[in-house]
Amino acid sequence: MVLDRKATLSLRALALGYLIILLLIPLLLIFFRTFEDGVAAFWAQVTTPASIAAIQLSLTIVAIAVPLNVIFGIVTALALARGRFPGRGIVQAIVDLPFAVSPVIVGVSLILLWGTGGWLGGLAGLGIQVIFSLPGMVLATIFVTLPFVVREVEPVLHEIGDEQEQAAATLGASRMQTFWRITLPAIRWGLVYGVVLTVARALGEFGALIVVSGAVSGESQTLTLLVHSRYIDDHNVFGAYAASTVLMAFAIVTLLLMTTLNRRRELE
Amino acid sequence: MSLVTHLPGAGVRKRGRRPTAVGGVGPLGLGVAMLWLSLIVLLPLAAVTTRAFDNGLIGFWDAINAPAARSALILTTVISVIVALINVVAGTLIAWVLVRDEFPGKRFFNALIDLPFALPTIVASIVLLTLYGPRSPINLELNATRPALIIALLFVTLPFVVRSVQPVLIEVDREAEQAAASLGASNRTIFRRIVLPALGPALLGGAGLAFARAIGEFGSIVLIGGGIPYETEVASQYILKQIEVDRPVNAAAVSVALLAISFIVLLILRTAAARSRRHETGS
Amino acid sequence: MITVDTVSKRFGEYTALDAVSLEVPEGSLTALLGPSGSGKSTLLRIIGGLELPDAGVIRIDGEDVTKVPPQRRGIGFVFQHYAAFRHMTVRDNVAFGLTVRKQPKARIEARTSELLGIVGLAGYAERYPNQLSGGQRQRMALARALAVEPRVLLLDEPFGALDAKVRAELREWLRRLHEEVEVTTLLVTHDQEEAMSIADRIAVMDNARIEQVGGPRELYDRPANPFVAGFLGAVSQLGDRLVRPHDILIETDALDGGLEAQVQRVVHLGFEVRVELMLTDGAEVSAQLTRQTVDELELAHGDIVWLHAAPTTVLPDAGPDAAATVDPGPEVAGERAA
Repeated sequence: MVLDRKATLSLRALALGYLIILLLIPLLLIFFRTFEDGVAAFWAQVTTPASIAAIQLSLTIVAIAVPLNVIFGIVTALALARGRFPGRGIVQAIVDLPFAVSPVIVGVSLILLWGTGGWLGGLAGLGIQVIFSLPGMVLATIFVTLPFVVREVEPVLHEIGDEQEQAAATLGASRMQTFWRITLPAIRWGLVYGVVLTVARALGEFGALIVVSGAVSGESQTLTLLVHSRYIDDHNVFGAYAASTVLMAFAIVTLLLMTTLNRRRELE
Repeated sequence: MSLVTHLPGAGVRKRGRRPTAVGGVGPLGLGVAMLWLSLIVLLPLAAVTTRAFDNGLIGFWDAINAPAARSALILTTVISVIVALINVVAGTLIAWVLVRDEFPGKRFFNALIDLPFALPTIVASIVLLTLYGPRSPINLELNATRPALIIALLFVTLPFVVRSVQPVLIEVDREAEQAAASLGASNRTIFRRIVLPALGPALLGGAGLAFARAIGEFGSIVLIGGGIPYETEVASQYILKQIEVDRPVNAAAVSVALLAISFIVLLILRTAAARSRRHETGS
Repeated sequence: MITVDTVSKRFGEYTALDAVSLEVPEGSLTALLGPSGSGKSTLLRIIGGLELPDAGVIRIDGEDVTKVPPQRRGIGFVFQHYAAFRHMTVRDNVAFGLTVRKQPKARIEARTSELLGIVGLAGYAERYPNQLSGGQRQRMALARALAVEPRVLLLDEPFGALDAKVRAELREWLRRLHEEVEVTTLLVTHDQEEAMSIADRIAVMDNARIEQVGGPRELYDRPANPFVAGFLGAVSQLGDRLVRPHDILIETDALDGGLEAQVQRVVHLGFEVRVELMLTDGAEVSAQLTRQTVDELELAHGDIVWLHAAPTTVLPDAGPDAAATVDPGPEVAGERAA
């Protein structure tokens, strides 16, 4: 299809106009609002005790959820890519399930499983508080981020095939040696990409956390929950903007990493 | 973006494989993976499903048929359909411009597409409020209206269709278009008869993901939507409210209904995509 | 020495190997030749431990290795698509087997350099596989397999992914390399020319079975059945006999009897001339003559001639299904069998 110049330009204007109005202008506006009273005002908002506690909690959740998703994600991807077993299609569907489940439903289902009266609610009696505390928030985060590592690593495993692993075996490498020396280096960029997505989503999760956290300020409040409570409960709009800007900075770093990694992977 | 790599059209190249005696993680690894998936994903969803029917089928029906619940479910579904449809048009347009057009700043706009994936949904809500909220610089106060819901959902679902159509558009056989043109077909005809059928499966897949995301969305709506019952309250907000007023069975019932709608739509779209793909490959 | 004893393997409904037995003598270079789908790659992979047999025994130097994992079989395996470790340099690829065996650094270094020299990649040690040509990659893969001093070397269509010119060079190179290192070698190929030019013994496989084992000359001259005859070279059917096209003698008179035929076409291929003929029953026969003979006979389109089989011909009688292997070259015959 060869379009004349007029058609090309109008299509371009339409597409870019949509992107600019929907994404770019609101984004720039919030940066403007955040810094219109100077950097000091912004800094004051992000260094309040509640804000620091929220950043710490967000990072703690990431630090627990990401390694778990990496380990089990690689095992699952290997099982799916290299194994042949009945019900493989069902396992594939289960891996994709978190994409199709509302975050709020994730939170509700965790409460109904781990909360009082749930199947695993008995743990609370043993002094292990899951809901309205850190374990519940970690479980919710793992749930919503579970597909990323699997979905980034599995296609790479298919792509490289298993000949390199077989060659390593014929050369005397044990399973562990093959994994560390052959498989892991081969999937590394896919894995890093999956980790970037997992971190971004984990930092940004809100719906599932608001259900399971109880959102006690300074105790079980992540950065996203802080944005919400500042806006709704404290009517501290500027504080909400400031916290949002911190999250947005993370998002932009994520975006840059994604772009760089994609170019890197295309080169390989 | 990962979400679309396993979608129709964005296909991963697969080499013919046969079972081998080496590689893989063996039955132990498979067991570990299954245990993990069950504990994290299946067990909670099983719990919510069981709780939904605590008061029997009739209890379940009453819960989802309560006026506010029914209104929230219908509103959510209708708005999600609208959002998916707008995405099909806008997403195809954007993908087209990003693949076929050349202009300065193209790489920047291409990267910008992924922003809604990277941006926390609550931030999306705040971001949209700055433009359409109480201090709107363009005097367009939309917060707590249905158009605001649609804008918020368009924001968070933007990447799905673009990212599933883009790779197909890159791969599409340009010679077929040139052949059609040489046979006298107009651009409109070429697009309708040649390009669109090739994009079919990817469009359906992307629309499905956008719909599934929209129907369950919460974070981006919570501030700008207002959550007014019968007006702008979406299903996920209704569910959360039921938890807050300690009616877990109602929350579970509406959750299951929402999941069911989502799965049915995904299933229909997936079947349609499979059919149109089969048609494409002619086998 | 490799001994394969009544090995069977099925994939679901499909039988890949049907009670196959084979001996690969010490120090030999044996080719496993057959059309695709005949089971030859499966047999090689079972010998290498990459696939487990359903029944039967594999012995390497008399030791039963049927249940031994590939790591401890003492084999070198070369894959059709090289299986290069893409993230390692050529040197690290070749050193891999020694590295995972935790050999001393100095020894690894010495052995790796020696092998890179043998395969002619000394100047490429620090490159990555994607900076090498296909032929160089395959030589790297061979060096890698040889580095661990395997008892047997297994090659799975090693030149199948290369273009014709490089393939011919590497064949010649592999034959010389084999004379140098004298490791028992089993090579899988579907290319009869490759098998004939490289191997001292050939095992022909078809439909999950070994049809015949012998030297290249023996298989060509005394094939056990029409399949082997057709797979190793072109054959024509003359009455109820199979004849190599170059074993067909053409007479311009009927004095000695023979089969009457009409010349359809004379195709000059340089030194060789292909004469296409039609028998009185309508069957088509292709004969291969030298230019000199054709000139002497003064053959032209429409001539009536009489055909004989040369006395040296000892091809088996054409069986009821021989037609499938007649005339078309080995490629076509192979496809039909597959």
